[in-house]
Amino acid sequence: MRAGLLPVSLISAATLAHEVLLMRLFSILQWHHFSYMIISIALLGFGASGTFLAFARRPLVERYPAAFAASAALFGITAVATFAGAERLPFNALEIVWNPGQLGWLAASYALLILPFFFGATCIGLAFSRHSRQIGRVYAFDLVGAGIGALGTVGLLFLVFPYAALRLVAALGFAAAALAATGMACHRWISAGGLGITAVVIAVWLPPYWTAPGPHMSQYKGLRMALEVPNARVVEERSSPLGLLTVVESPTVPFRYVPGLSLANTQEPPAQLAVFTDGDSITALTAYDGDPATIAYLDRTTAALPYRILERPRVLILGAGGGEQVLLALRAGADSVDAVEVNPQMIDLARNRFADFGGDIFSRPNVHLHLAEARSYAATTGERYDLIQMPLLDSFSAAAAGVQSMHENYTYTVEALRDYLAVLRPPGVIAITRWLRVPPRDILKLFATAIAALEADGIAEPGRHLALIRSWNTSTLLVAKSPFTDEDVAAIRDFAAVNFFDISWAPGISASAVNNYNQLDQEYLYEGALALLGPERANFTERYKFDIAPATDNRPYFFDFFRWRALPELLTLRTQGGAAMLDWGYLILVMTLIQAAILSALLILLPLWLRRRTLGGAVHRLRFGLYFLALGLAFLFIEIAFIQRFVLFLGHPLYAVAVVLAGFLAFAGLGSAAAAGWMAGVGRGSAVRAIAVAVVVIAFLAVTYLLALPFIFGQLLALADTAKIAIALFLIAPLAFFMGMPFPLGLVHVGVRSEAFIAWAWGINGCASVLSAILAALLAMQVGFTGVVTIACILYLIAPALLAGSGRYDQKASGLVPDMNATTGE
Amino acid sequence: MGPLAQCQALLAAVLASAATVVSTSAPAQDRLAERTAMIETIKWHARSAPSAIVRQNIDPAVLNTMGKVPRDLFVPEEQRGAAYRDRPLPIGYGQTISQPFIVALMTDLINAGPGDAVLEIGTGSGYQAAVLSPLAAKVYSIEIIPELGKRAAARLAELRFDNVEVKVGDGYYGWPAHAPFDGILVTAAASHIPPPLVEQLAEGGRMVVPVGGPFATQVLMLVEKRRDGSITTRQLLPVTFVPLRGGKAR
Repeated sequence: MRAGLLPVSLISAATLAHEVLLMRLFSILQWHHFSYMIISIALLGFGASGTFLAFARRPLVERYPAAFAASAALFGITAVATFAGAERLPFNALEIVWNPGQLGWLAASYALLILPFFFGATCIGLAFSRHSRQIGRVYAFDLVGAGIGALGTVGLLFLVFPYAALRLVAALGFAAAALAATGMACHRWISAGGLGITAVVIAVWLPPYWTAPGPHMSQYKGLRMALEVPNARVVEERSSPLGLLTVVESPTVPFRYVPGLSLANTQEPPAQLAVFTDGDSITALTAYDGDPATIAYLDRTTAALPYRILERPRVLILGAGGGEQVLLALRAGADSVDAVEVNPQMIDLARNRFADFGGDIFSRPNVHLHLAEARSYAATTGERYDLIQMPLLDSFSAAAAGVQSMHENYTYTVEALRDYLAVLRPPGVIAITRWLRVPPRDILKLFATAIAALEADGIAEPGRHLALIRSWNTSTLLVAKSPFTDEDVAAIRDFAAVNFFDISWAPGISASAVNNYNQLDQEYLYEGALALLGPERANFTERYKFDIAPATDNRPYFFDFFRWRALPELLTLRTQGGAAMLDWGYLILVMTLIQAAILSALLILLPLWLRRRTLGGAVHRLRFGLYFLALGLAFLFIEIAFIQRFVLFLGHPLYAVAVVLAGFLAFAGLGSAAAAGWMAGVGRGSAVRAIAVAVVVIAFLAVTYLLALPFIFGQLLALADTAKIAIALFLIAPLAFFMGMPFPLGLVHVGVRSEAFIAWAWGINGCASVLSAILAALLAMQVGFTGVVTIACILYLIAPALLAGSGRYDQKASGLVPDMNATTGE
Repeated sequence: MGPLAQCQALLAAVLASAATVVSTSAPAQDRLAERTAMIETIKWHARSAPSAIVRQNIDPAVLNTMGKVPRDLFVPEEQRGAAYRDRPLPIGYGQTISQPFIVALMTDLINAGPGDAVLEIGTGSGYQAAVLSPLAAKVYSIEIIPELGKRAAARLAELRFDNVEVKVGDGYYGWPAHAPFDGILVTAAASHIPPPLVEQLAEGGRMVVPVGGPFATQVLMLVEKRRDGSITTRQLLPVTFVPLRGGKAR
């Protein structure tokens, strides 16, 4: 072999890059609840390839260079072709309630998208079989490639649009194929040359429309609808791993995007440019000529309330977006404005590209725009403020569909509110605006979260620190550092009355003063506020049909309102509007789990079961099977819990996925490579003993992290991104190193009993990986990260006991057996 | 819901699906049976949604017109078979035709009388305007997407809904030439209610705004103008759902 193991690195990088890219592309095409589906699709492809190799390994390994090259080329072809095919399927997620036939299209996308992962994994599996004497080196190339793929894609997405990145990934597949082909016995140079030229052609020439997501974006996303309007056009587009930003101008029918505007307002908003993130979630850039009278309408939004009780405040805006809240602050006479925005491209659009359009407000001496994540900024700033504004940045339809429900959100947790309260100087106020949904969910959860935060700060009467008003479609909650005064309450009442807003809570409010202008069939918000502030709290939270218990850093699912017991009722009512009250994110996750369970059983377990006779006695089969099941579940439980935990530290889910995944891959690989030495030394030749010691170390480290991470994060949140990434990898290293051991050691143990069992073990492990990726997310929503990590530790600790009892075979074990599942993080 | 109602609903559903099969094989046939079944389904839904209905039942006049308007002619060719099903349907351009029950509720809430002028923002397929047509003196409808507007106008003219006037344009400013309106229906989603529409609403008039995403109407909002000039809204759930377990069911 001439190319050495470089093709393994390339295909491994390409496969992981493809996974990250698909998540991005499907967030643009549909909504981001498809992220978990992509993870399970990738793992399923890996699992199915393991089964395939269990049957077809021998003839393929004999023709290794050609088989590798063919499989890598098929990866390249299918990476582009299956995406192009899947995005053209007439799948409409929103229609699933009404038309179960849509599930068929979903299954079709699954079937298509699995293919590239299958071929990529087949390359790696072949490499392990071919180079079975140097497993350690194969691991190294594989895992370095995978790590570069995961991290590199995040970097690449800052430079090119996702559809272009997809071409590069396909080209990388062909490059791997070309390199592998140089090892072929005959037609070597023709094959290598042809594949190499294909790689170059795909990288530079492939027609963009094949893979462009734009034309195939769901027609129900805000961007698509906006572009249907005559003369509406895209004036700017920016892409990064944080999202695709599309700026749209609509001169004929202006946007006039002002959520929460009073029905008493008579002014038409000035011209606006709409900025869509991933085709949805609109934020407006409003034309401003410096005359505050042109934006007087902003005084009549619910978010303007705090300016009625604060004079010349120092304002902090968490989520600058297009700058609507900056305009309001300037109009309301703010002393200074600090606006925080997480997306550098959004900052560039607002501060530079469209500065003239927006009246250059970000260049004013008293306005400062900071590139930071809201929570990190609040936790690390030395400034003190009178007002913290948290505006509405998500779209109503996204909020309404509950698509955010499974996303960690660290800006609305109890700990977050305490961080915000800490940067206020008395009598400072936090103002949070959310869409009003009927029956209420977000607002009540926010109210409960605020109460918990105030109480944790030692405030005896939180009700005196809270005020809640609502229009017909938005609601603004004020959380004050000091109790509201009588004048404050009078000002709130005046503001509400002139704008036809309703007060749902303010100190001293009575039942006769609520539900006047925007009538709900029952004043759930006032009743909820009363109950949450009184002795009825626990009972009320328990009886409410949506989950409104405060979000915490351990369970940061602010947008998850799903409760199983409300499901039957809502499903019965689905054709009458009940479906609109269901938070689909959670349910889609459950459906994904069921779907993945069925598919992994069909693709992985069934073929292996058919060959079960070669596997030895039934008792051992069961115990060994359970061992690999436990490992598969436990590994990903810990990995996913860490990804979600590190979101807070690294500031964005995508950074967390890339860094934590890369870290676990690389260090688990090192651990696997070191497993033989560990078994000889610490295990004194016994695999079971070696595993037992390793899992104790894993459990010890995992529990230590569980307790120490919040403290570590608190201390280091202010560091630069690169430093935080290095620290994250440093923290992950020892844990991942030991987590890399039980799988290969287990294979050694069972391999000496039955060589055929190795394929079975791969299959079970692959299957468990598919399920646990989804199961971990579901469990985290139920029992928090602490719970997920605890379950993982228990699984690890009982695993060696399943192998014990056949220890005397240990002595015969030599060398390590291939472990291709490590490429997916087991 | 009593067992009888359940039986009726089941029967309606069976009728509807049976009729679907028939209609696809014989497209020209009038689909009266399906419409009848659709009306039964609406009545069944209505019985379980008392909060959204102002009087005890949906106005028989509304059900009567809905029993006559050929809904199948307002949906795209490929959706014809499903036209009378109890569901919203896609009509292209990111727009939908509402579920029959929601159309009935909105029409009932508008409560148009024989002398009334009604304004609709968001013509879409034109079905809602067609349903309003026999109930009101005049229906004015504005559609933002030219293709949809033109198609709806042609369809309404062809089916002789002569008191409906459709124009393509920006609904924000309403239709001042024909103001005030006794009823205004705003089916195009908006972040706020355009002030000109509020202004063009007659005193005592009613504005209805469905709130929610495509394929998911959450609430119907009724906007009313009081004598003192203040404007109030009412959020009406199309279902009976009490969010508090053990809470008072009405």
